[in-house]
Amino acid sequence: MQPLITFTEYGLFCQPGNFYIDPWLPVDKAIITHAHSDHARWGSKEYLCHRGCKPLLELRLGAGTYQPVEWGDIIYVNGVRVSLHPAGHIIGSSQVRLEYQGETWVVSGDYKTEDDGISGAFEPIRCHSFITESTFGLPIYDWEPQEKIYDDMRSWVQGNRESGFASILIAYSLGKAQRVSVCLSAITEKIYAHGAIANAQEILRQSGFNLPSLTRITPETPREELKGAIILAPPSADGSSWMRKFQPYRTGICSGWMQVRGNRRRRNADAGFALSDHADWKGLLKAVHETGAEKIFATHGFQSAFSRYLNEQGVKAYEVKTDYGDMEEENDSVGDSTI
Amino acid sequence: MTVLETVPYDQEEISGGMHRFSVLVNTLGTSTKTNEKLDALTSYFQQAPGKDKVWVIALFSGRRPKRVVNSRLLAEWSREQAGLPPWLFEECYHTVGDLAETIALVLPSPESDSPEHNLSWYIERLAELGPLPEVEKKAFMLECWRELGKDGRFVFNKLITGGFRIGVSQQLMVQSLARVTGLEASIVAHRISGNWEPALVSFAELLSGEGMSEDHSKPYPFYLAYALEGGPDSLGDPVEWQAEWKWDGIRGQLIRRNGQLFVWSRGEELMTDKFPEFNPLLQLLPEGTVLDGEIMPAREGKPLPFALLQTRIGRKNVTKKQLTEAPVAFFAYDLLEYAGNDFRDIALEERRGQLEQLLTSLHHPVLLLSPVITFGEWRELERIREQSRDKVAEGIMLKRRSSVYQVGRKRGDWWKWKIDPLTIDAVMVYAQKGHGRRSNLYTDYTFAVRDGEILVTFAKAYSGLTDKEIGQVDHFVRQNSLEKFGPVRTVKPELVFEIAFEGIAASGRHKSGVALRFPRISRWRHDKGPEDINTLDDLKKMLEMYGK
Repeated sequence: MQPLITFTEYGLFCQPGNFYIDPWLPVDKAIITHAHSDHARWGSKEYLCHRGCKPLLELRLGAGTYQPVEWGDIIYVNGVRVSLHPAGHIIGSSQVRLEYQGETWVVSGDYKTEDDGISGAFEPIRCHSFITESTFGLPIYDWEPQEKIYDDMRSWVQGNRESGFASILIAYSLGKAQRVSVCLSAITEKIYAHGAIANAQEILRQSGFNLPSLTRITPETPREELKGAIILAPPSADGSSWMRKFQPYRTGICSGWMQVRGNRRRRNADAGFALSDHADWKGLLKAVHETGAEKIFATHGFQSAFSRYLNEQGVKAYEVKTDYGDMEEENDSVGDSTI
Repeated sequence: MTVLETVPYDQEEISGGMHRFSVLVNTLGTSTKTNEKLDALTSYFQQAPGKDKVWVIALFSGRRPKRVVNSRLLAEWSREQAGLPPWLFEECYHTVGDLAETIALVLPSPESDSPEHNLSWYIERLAELGPLPEVEKKAFMLECWRELGKDGRFVFNKLITGGFRIGVSQQLMVQSLARVTGLEASIVAHRISGNWEPALVSFAELLSGEGMSEDHSKPYPFYLAYALEGGPDSLGDPVEWQAEWKWDGIRGQLIRRNGQLFVWSRGEELMTDKFPEFNPLLQLLPEGTVLDGEIMPAREGKPLPFALLQTRIGRKNVTKKQLTEAPVAFFAYDLLEYAGNDFRDIALEERRGQLEQLLTSLHHPVLLLSPVITFGEWRELERIREQSRDKVAEGIMLKRRSSVYQVGRKRGDWWKWKIDPLTIDAVMVYAQKGHGRRSNLYTDYTFAVRDGEILVTFAKAYSGLTDKEIGQVDHFVRQNSLEKFGPVRTVKPELVFEIAFEGIAASGRHKSGVALRFPRISRWRHDKGPEDINTLDDLKKMLEMYGK
């Protein structure tokens, strides 16, 4: 029997349902796990996604045919039973559960196992086959609890304020920026943001998510107002001339890669916060275990090491090469065109 | 009388010194601004426990404690604690690029926040471990790992694995100590150089120079030149300048004091034993002499390619055979101390006069005068510079005749005007992950030239690309490599780079038969494919032209 999901040049393909999950080329029907640009690509005829994901897809991909669903809604596509479940990665991110002729598969998309309070808590789903990401699939990635990182971030910002520096937090505009805005709203009334982040935040607020409102930086924003301010900026703005007007400032990068000193030094940041929207090593192992799956397919990240380790632990695991990238590091283009 | 009396030091009751030290290391490691680093060091030297301060000076100037546990055991014990198979620990190591940090990251979270000891406490305990059996070493390591947080563990491990390469120049440390003590930077630099034992000297003693037996071996801090960009026209009138060949050897100081001879390298390594040729100079040099110059392989007064020396500098004991095959000479170009007087504040012109007089009178075949190049106009010197390779030189040094001998790298009076490197186009065939700020990125590459249908590797290089380019190459490697584990990836031979290097020599150890000096990537040849690269014959021709 052919597996329920096959790995094709277009992406993950469900043959009996005749649809794709996060395809990287245009197809007729695409189910989207979340709105990051390596998972949600342009050009497909129909998209199905979580309700929270839809406005973000519209922002990124423009008008089109989007079918929003709630987590747990059951839809049949050509006889395949499809449902979405929280992945805890970013707002609107979902795992995709497929069931057909007694066989259950789950595609994780990107996920994290710690509940960040805004993206929905990751829900382990029993299945026969689990396709998991492995962005941080090495034991060196062992996150501190969110509250601890938030505390560090706040005291860093306070310290900067006291010594007259603006704090620029570099955070991916979809996901990380929302978390950082929630973290810092505890110590400030006003958070400034780069246009890319302001756009995403605005759309999410309009869609009913309870997030702090951000003040958009424009060419007219007076310099004096920005003295010692708190500013959220996407990775693409890091080191650009856009940052000049905040001088004097210190930069803090919020990314799981900051776990390793070399990365902090490479990025020339004044501070690095290992705050990630992906599961750490223990999170990945826990998730795999809780699915009870017989077969694990590890995609984007340290898939070789992760699948080898699982095999040694007696879990049948395979590695799969995909075109998914790593949005913690890559350039952030969400909404940049609309600034 | 010393300004040091006002400085609070040796307050050994202060605890938590290890935490203070790890904060310092962290700040120095991530800060991008020299001033912030300077502030961090200054406040450290103002507040830290005295013994810790001495150790920090020692550690940051490359004096590490004797290694008591080897890397293999450290890795094994930490892996055991973390419950990881060996291959997975290896993968982690290759991604992190630093053993001390890898161990700190994989260990289970610390058990308690027990109060931390001072840095000196850990170093002293480690020293005591030396003769103890392995089980006791292990027990101590595990205990320290259990009580230290992630950052603490990292610096603790670094004490054992060595090498605090964290972007602190000797100069920066000297500046901060000068601030704290109120002493001149040049005095501080001299006092913390040379031979001293961190366990036996206090911070006050070290910096006041008191209480210690006078150390006769101490070299002066070296004066270093900046590269001259865009030619000498900006330097003004040529008559104000002295030109010399820029040698490609080991910069060193030759010292005769107190009836003893010392040879120091620029890296502050005492190398007297490595160059027995210099022994006769002890009888010849007047008491209280310090010469600055270049140690070069040489025969009958003529410098030879540096590659000749490679076979003997790594050895602890030099063999007779090496002495005859790779003889050395000291090419002196400056006189820093004469008849026990510090000459550094005297103008170069005068120092040079005295140096020439001294060396002419000694007339010894291993102590040679590095010649001054006579020239009229800058254009003329430019033409002379083109002969650099024939002279086994890297270019020309320009020194202002009126200049004093400064400390460290300074602009203005000394310039190095190097010749353009040799270049060759080659294709990348292997890639390896880097270390430090390049960890988890494929940054170390092996290059090959063509020999008919096959590719022959000839050089490894890891610098010269921008961060953005490194990112692109890294992406290419990940998409186009075969093996999955271990540090090295065999890459589809597709990316072509121009490799620049300073010299070329015959080598029996390399498949290609040549060894390059200072190979690095000079640019990415996007315009070229693997079919356009240079051949092994091209390399061999270069060897014939420049390899002698």
